[in-house]
Formats: sequence, structure tokens, C-alpha cells
Amino acid sequence: MPEHPIAKLYRTTQKRKLLIFGALLLLLIIAAVIACGIGTVAIPPADVLAAFGHAILPGLIDAPATANAGFIITGYRLPRILLAILAGVSLAVAGAVMQGLLRNPLVSPFTLGLSSAASFGAAFMIVLGPILFGAAFAGAVTIAGITFSLDTALLILSAFLFGWMSVVLVYLISRTRQTSQAIMILAGVVIGYLFQAGLLALQYISDDEALRDIVTWLMGGMWGANWQAVIVLLPIVLLCFLLVERRAWDLNTLSGGDDVAKNLGINVPQFRIRGLMIVSFAASACLAFTGVIGFIGLMAPHICRMIVGNDYRYLLPASAIMGALILLVSDTAARSLFSPVEIPVGVIMYILGGLFFLYLITRGHGRYLG
Amino acid sequence: MKIATESVSQKYGNVPVLHDISFTADAGEVVALLGPNGSGKSTLIKTIADILPPASGKILIDGTDASALDPIDRAKLIGYVPQYFHYTPFTTVLDTVLIGRRPYMSWSVTDDDLAVVDNSLATMHVTDLAGRFVNELSGGQRQRVFIARTLAQQPAFYLFDEPTSSLDLRHQLETVATMQKIVHEEKSCMIIALHDLNLALRYTDKVVMLKDGRTYACGTPEEVLTEDAVRDVYGVCAEIVENSHGRFILSYAPSDV
Repeated sequence: MPEHPIAKLYRTTQKRKLLIFGALLLLLIIAAVIACGIGTVAIPPADVLAAFGHAILPGLIDAPATANAGFIITGYRLPRILLAILAGVSLAVAGAVMQGLLRNPLVSPFTLGLSSAASFGAAFMIVLGPILFGAAFAGAVTIAGITFSLDTALLILSAFLFGWMSVVLVYLISRTRQTSQAIMILAGVVIGYLFQAGLLALQYISDDEALRDIVTWLMGGMWGANWQAVIVLLPIVLLCFLLVERRAWDLNTLSGGDDVAKNLGINVPQFRIRGLMIVSFAASACLAFTGVIGFIGLMAPHICRMIVGNDYRYLLPASAIMGALILLVSDTAARSLFSPVEIPVGVIMYILGGLFFLYLITRGHGRYLG
Repeated sequence: MKIATESVSQKYGNVPVLHDISFTADAGEVVALLGPNGSGKSTLIKTIADILPPASGKILIDGTDASALDPIDRAKLIGYVPQYFHYTPFTTVLDTVLIGRRPYMSWSVTDDDLAVVDNSLATMHVTDLAGRFVNELSGGQRQRVFIARTLAQQPAFYLFDEPTSSLDLRHQLETVATMQKIVHEEKSCMIIALHDLNLALRYTDKVVMLKDGRTYACGTPEEVLTEDAVRDVYGVCAEIVENSHGRFILSYAPSDV
């Protein structure tokens, strides 16, 4: 029996989506290899590959010609590259999922107050940490054989907890009104303002050194990258991604409205809150290490909606890779454009994000935004 | 199969909207819900679809309380077409209609799912639009796409909330006639909220007339749709006319002028 036209159409588009996903993945790998080579000591891509080969199969592949290439890559550049990829993935997926759950193309970890709350958490620890913990704050702790300096560890923990808690607060507020999506967005905006106010108050009472630390954190950057960060974040990001990818069809049904989703068997309020909790867990965990990085959660999903469509089964993985790609390229530019001076990648993201939305609006894709 | 409401009442907050509604819709029947704006048609449809749990009373499917059903099982029994549609721009018609297969799919789309979708698109005459974006369609085309989504759900009970409101004359008649044919052939059942009394007269087997959230009358269209009933419920003077094409309600003036 010949295949009917609908099945044929489905399979062609599916093939195209997989092809785009494969191309994005390839681009990301190429970008990562090039990024490994960029820095004070330039390493040609062939040497980067040789260094990886040598690390995996030392007997078969010789060490690269560039002196210390292996050490420079694994010790310094690779953890930073992996952190950029993980942060890009979690922020882009969080944005895509939030847009679906709240049926609004302009929500992201930013709009829901998560970034403001995490900033408050970081500033809280920078300003009040020394007072709360005294001399011990400057010390170090060893957990599972890995040594952390206590001030950094507490700052990360505080930023993460406040970031994640803000979403719990949004939920508690909206629960009084049946967790409708409009109320959740409003609650997020309000929570964001409240934490902004707290952040301003902390900046006002802080001394020069603390103020500098806060401002650096607010601009966001990968300078805190190390293997510990990668080891902590990798399982979190992977698990959260799989949890939401498994519910891709449920995200698709929500596009038809709450009533249609309910009729298709989805417990909408429960799904909405669980989904938000999962993606904000990963997003706040990444933000806690990198500081504020905006626009990835808006840009990556929107570009992918245009090229792979709105089926979340493909939109989520494509957005994840797109987010990683954008953040990795931006971060590499941030650390190499004006080397040895490094620009905060958060600033680059604001510029890129602004230009992107300007393009969307002026090129007639504006209606796309709702 | 049959679906019944058993003294169903509904409230929004403290405001009562439906009072003690009881009726049964049987397999092979098209049932019209009639009544003016605010009479509770949409609310009753949503309550039967279990989108709004009833404030009191029960929805019974073959005698079983619908609220006790597993949500996925219920989704395979009841298909709902809303009055107002939400959609994400730049979503293709095919992707939109595939969503109706959600109760049957876990992650991948089977040949069976695609065959059902193919069938639903053909039934609503939108096969040619399959690759287009929903936001590029006319209001009428879009509405037929959303009805196709519910056909793809393959329910035993169709609940339509004024689905023909944005269709032109031909598509209104065509859509209701198609649905009537499906219901009669498949021995499924449709409850449809309608504004057009002549569509109800022509295509439905039973009529439930609502006034201020109460059942005003229930029976065959010929029994219920009288000149007196139209005046009482809608506040409109009308004349019932019979000609070679059947029976028609011609409204000509508000009754209090």
C-alpha cells in the first residue's frame, strides 16, 4: 500500500528536524574544539584533537606539538567550556518549558523573578556572610574529598536556594487563584520586583569591596568555572532535561489552552507546577555558578521554534544545543576579543539579545511574539 | 454508550450558574444545548467534559461516575471542542491535529496515529492545509482544524461548544451535517451548544433548552422549539414556517417592543 500523503509529510518534516538537530550538534562540537584552542596560548584545532586523543588513548596517539596543550585544555579551558554549555542548555530549556507551561512567548527565568531572586541570594551572602559566619567564612570545607572555599560554596548555595525558592513563592501566590497562567506570570513579575528592592538595599549598605563583588556577579561570567562546578551541574542538568523531555506531548497539548489539555487527560495545575520546579531547579543551579546571564532562555527557543517548529519533542533538544552554542560562542568572544581584558559574558548576552529582538520586531516576525 | 447528567449544579465562586440539570444523551444521538447568552451552555459543556468538576450532582458514563475515571481513559471517551481557541503561531496543522492523539501516544507517533490524523483531516476537508501554519489560516479553516483535532481523539462522546460560531453559511451546514453523519454511523454521541435554532431543528435528535441555568424544556426539536418557547427563553417573536425543505424558525422582533 502506498504511504498516504500525511504520513509522508510527517516523515519528511521529522527527517528535516533530525537533520537540523544533527547540524547544531556538529556546530557545537566544532565550536568547543575551536574554543579549546583560543586563549593566551593559541592551540591549533588539530592539536586540540590530538590532546583529547592522547588523553583517551595515550598509547596510540602522541601528545600534541604545542607545549602543555593537554594541561591547558583540561585544567583551564575545558571546565569553562563545559560550564558554558551546561548553563546554555539549562537556561534555554527552562525558557522553552516556561513559555509552553505559561503559554506566553516572552517568559523566561528572568520574567519569573528567578534571576532577581538568585541575585539577591548572592548579594545576601556577599554582604551578610562575613557577619553571619565570622572568621570561618574565609575558611574552607572538604566534602567528599573535594575542597571548597566556604565563602564561594555558601554564595552558590544561597543564590541557588533563593532562585529556586522564588518559583515556590510564585506557586504559593498563584495557588490562591487556581494556578492560572496569567496569575503566575504576574506573581513572577511582582516577586522579581521585591527581590530587586532587597538587592538595592543590600548594595546600598555594602562597602566598596562587597559592592564590586555584587556588580561582578550581576554581570555574569564563566570565571568561576572549575571541574567541581561541572561535576555538580552535569547530573542536575541531564536529569532535569530528561524529565521535561518525557513530558513533551503534555507541553504540546497546553498550546491548545488549559481546557483542551485537561480534556486530553493532563492534570494541568500539577503539571504546570512540577514543570516549573524542575526547570527552575536546573536554571538556578547554573545561575548560582555563573551569575546573571539573560536572554538565552528567550533567544534559543525562539530561533529553534522558527527552524524546527513547536513540537516540544524536537524543540527541547534543539533549544538545548542552540542555547549551549550561543553561550559558548559568546563566552569565548568575551574572554578573547579584548584579551587579556575579559568582558562579562552577561553584557554580551544583553547586546545580542537586544539586537535579536530588534530584528524580530522590524523584520515582520513581530507578530510571532504574540 | 450513554452519558447522563444527574442533578448537576455548578457555581463560579459563590455565584450559582447551573441548577439541578438532568438529561441523558444516548449512543447515536445528537443533542443540542440551546439558550441565550449566559444561560449556562458553555458551563454545562465544560462540566460534562469534567473540565470543571460539578459543584453537586454527577456525570455518569454508562452508569459509572466520570470523575472516578483515569484521566487518560476519560480522554479516550470524551472529546471537547472549545468556543475560543488557543494556539501557538508557526505550528503546522499536522502538528496541531496530532495533539489529539495524546491519550494514545507516549513519545513516538505510530503509523496508526498518522492514519487516524489523515482520516480526520480528510473528514474536515483540510488535508491540503496539513503543512501550513495555523496562524496563516482563515478563521473558518482554523476552526475546522481544531474540530479535526478532536476527531483524531476518537472519542465516544463529542462535546462541542458553539463550534460553528466563526464559520460561514456553507461550512456551518457542512460541519454540523458531517458531525451528525459521524455520530449516526459510529453510534457515538454529540452534545453541541448552538445559537442557530434552525441548525438544531434540522440536525439534532434531542434538544435541551436552558434558561438562567435551569432546564426550560427537553425533548425532540419539534416538541421543544415552539413559538412560545422561543419567546420565553430568547425574548424574541418568531414564526414557525414549514415548506418543502422542512421546518424553519423565523425570528422577526424582540418580544417586548
